[in-house]
Amino acid sequence: MSMTDPGPAAGTSRLASLFALVRRRPRETPIVPRTSIAASALIAVVAIMTFLASLTTGAVVLVRGAASDWQSDVSREVTIQVRPMAGRDLEVDVVRAVEIARSAPGVTAVRAQDKAESARLLEPWLGSGLSLDSLPVPRLIVIQVTPGRPPDFAALRARLAAEVPSASLDDHRGFSRRLRAMADTVVGIGLAILALVMAATVLSVVFATRGAMATNRPTVEVLHFIGAKDAYVAGQFMRHFLFLGLQGGAIGGGAAVLMFLVLGLIGGRLFGLGGSDAAALFGGVSLGIGGYMILLLQVALVGAVTAFTSRRVVAATLKAVS
Amino acid sequence: MVRFENVGLRYGLGPEVLRDLTFRIEPHSFQFLTGPSGAGKTSLLRLLFLSLRPTRGLITLFDHDVATLDKDSLAVLRRRIGIVFQDFRLLDHMTTYENVALPLRVLGREEETYRDEVEELLHWVGLGERMAALPPVLSGGEKQRAAIARAVIARPQLLLADEPTGNVDPNLAKRLLRLFIELNKSGTSVVIATHDIGLMDQYDARRLVLHEGRIHVYD
Ligand SMILES: Nc1ncnc2c1ncn2[C@@H]1O[C@H](COP(=O)(O)OP(=O)(O)O)[C@@H](O)[C@H]1O
Ligand SMILES: [Mg+2]
Repeated sequence: MSMTDPGPAAGTSRLASLFALVRRRPRETPIVPRTSIAASALIAVVAIMTFLASLTTGAVVLVRGAASDWQSDVSREVTIQVRPMAGRDLEVDVVRAVEIARSAPGVTAVRAQDKAESARLLEPWLGSGLSLDSLPVPRLIVIQVTPGRPPDFAALRARLAAEVPSASLDDHRGFSRRLRAMADTVVGIGLAILALVMAATVLSVVFATRGAMATNRPTVEVLHFIGAKDAYVAGQFMRHFLFLGLQGGAIGGGAAVLMFLVLGLIGGRLFGLGGSDAAALFGGVSLGIGGYMILLLQVALVGAVTAFTSRRVVAATLKAVS
Repeated sequence: MVRFENVGLRYGLGPEVLRDLTFRIEPHSFQFLTGPSGAGKTSLLRLLFLSLRPTRGLITLFDHDVATLDKDSLAVLRRRIGIVFQDFRLLDHMTTYENVALPLRVLGREEETYRDEVEELLHWVGLGERMAALPPVLSGGEKQRAAIARAVIARPQLLLADEPTGNVDPNLAKRLLRLFIELNKSGTSVVIATHDIGLMDQYDARRLVLHEGRIHVYD
């Protein structure tokens, strides 16, 4: 007679026992009653926790996505700024700087902005209809580089300094570094929040399990009287809490997925910005298939954590009772 | 099958409820355990059922010294014993059928392998029409029979029953007694705790009488 007795065995057999619980005889009344006020309360708590965890995870995924988008945009482009300088001809300096940039290996395209473009960039600040001839407006040269093999910026900078003293090269490295630091910070905060949420979930499950054991004491006694081992009893509670955890997780995770879907659909309009600006900021507020898979995994994780936590609590309590 | 040697039992720091019990229960035997209320019948059944440990003395059950058993071995040993509680202890959220089938379910058996067996037993104890009913809607006599059915479904070698006729009319009591006698004839050792003299008069069997904490055996 083979009892359900996984014992302290390896992770694989625990997982197998979890699957066995899920698929097992759906017609049978569960030994630990499925519905109770305490059960509904735990489902609500787990749903809220999973919702918060999913929002956090989603936000982390979005920020990481946006940061890496920005990063690749930024590393594909560097700029040379040519300032007007007393005693130098700006147009000549721009042409010379463009020549120097073009000759550097790793540069794929070079384009100098003309006066009109510079004016348009300044329009929001200075108003339109302004003659730039009367103002010392610097000019930008945009350089496309091969992302994987960028040119030797130090050499380029040295040549510019020698031949066009009014030009300065900006390879966005500082911006890039700050961007990465910010993204890392957001991810770190997100992970910390996830850890807190998981800890709160585990604590709720611990208390809920103790409560369920107290309420179901007569059932536990009867199980022992008819010859059930502790592992069997613990398995019944694990099964009960696995369903509660999956239910709460599905509700919370589902609500979060719905929210991200709606955000993705209405996108930028929510922010009162043009759609494309919002898209540039938040990568379109779309999680992508990968993001949704992570949320789904999270729901499964919540179910598993709930189940194993309760199992441990029951096993420890039964051991203490004997 | 069961051997008590100088067994004593006290609850906490109280007086000894049971003292110097020395007796045996043989395979295929039938006995009444009797004595006035408070004499210690339920306590003795709990010792037999391993839900209490003696404060002194030696209890041997199926050739095991119960003092040396760990929890899992205890569980396995209990599967050879059926018990009918005075207060039935049915699970209210399960149907009568599921309550009776529970010992087999705990053994890990699939429902298809025991459904006929359980239904047959339920018909035999007169609960054929009540299989889908939940315990709270059963009458006292029906609960009694469901509890008995659950105790015997796994064909225990030893059946313990605590005041099994305490809640039923004399007619039903007579039928339940016949049921226990049938079980005994099919090989189960039976111990019935009762203070119902009328019941004991209906069947000539061994009597274990508890009086002031001691046991007197009348074969
Ligand atoms: N759990 C307990 N704690 C303390 N005393 C108990 C407990 N159970 C029974 N007793 C005492 O043990 C004695 C025997 O009780 P019991 O075995 O229930 O007798 P019976 O079943 O013959 O009526 C009584 O005096 C009772 O008060
Ligand atoms: Mg009693």
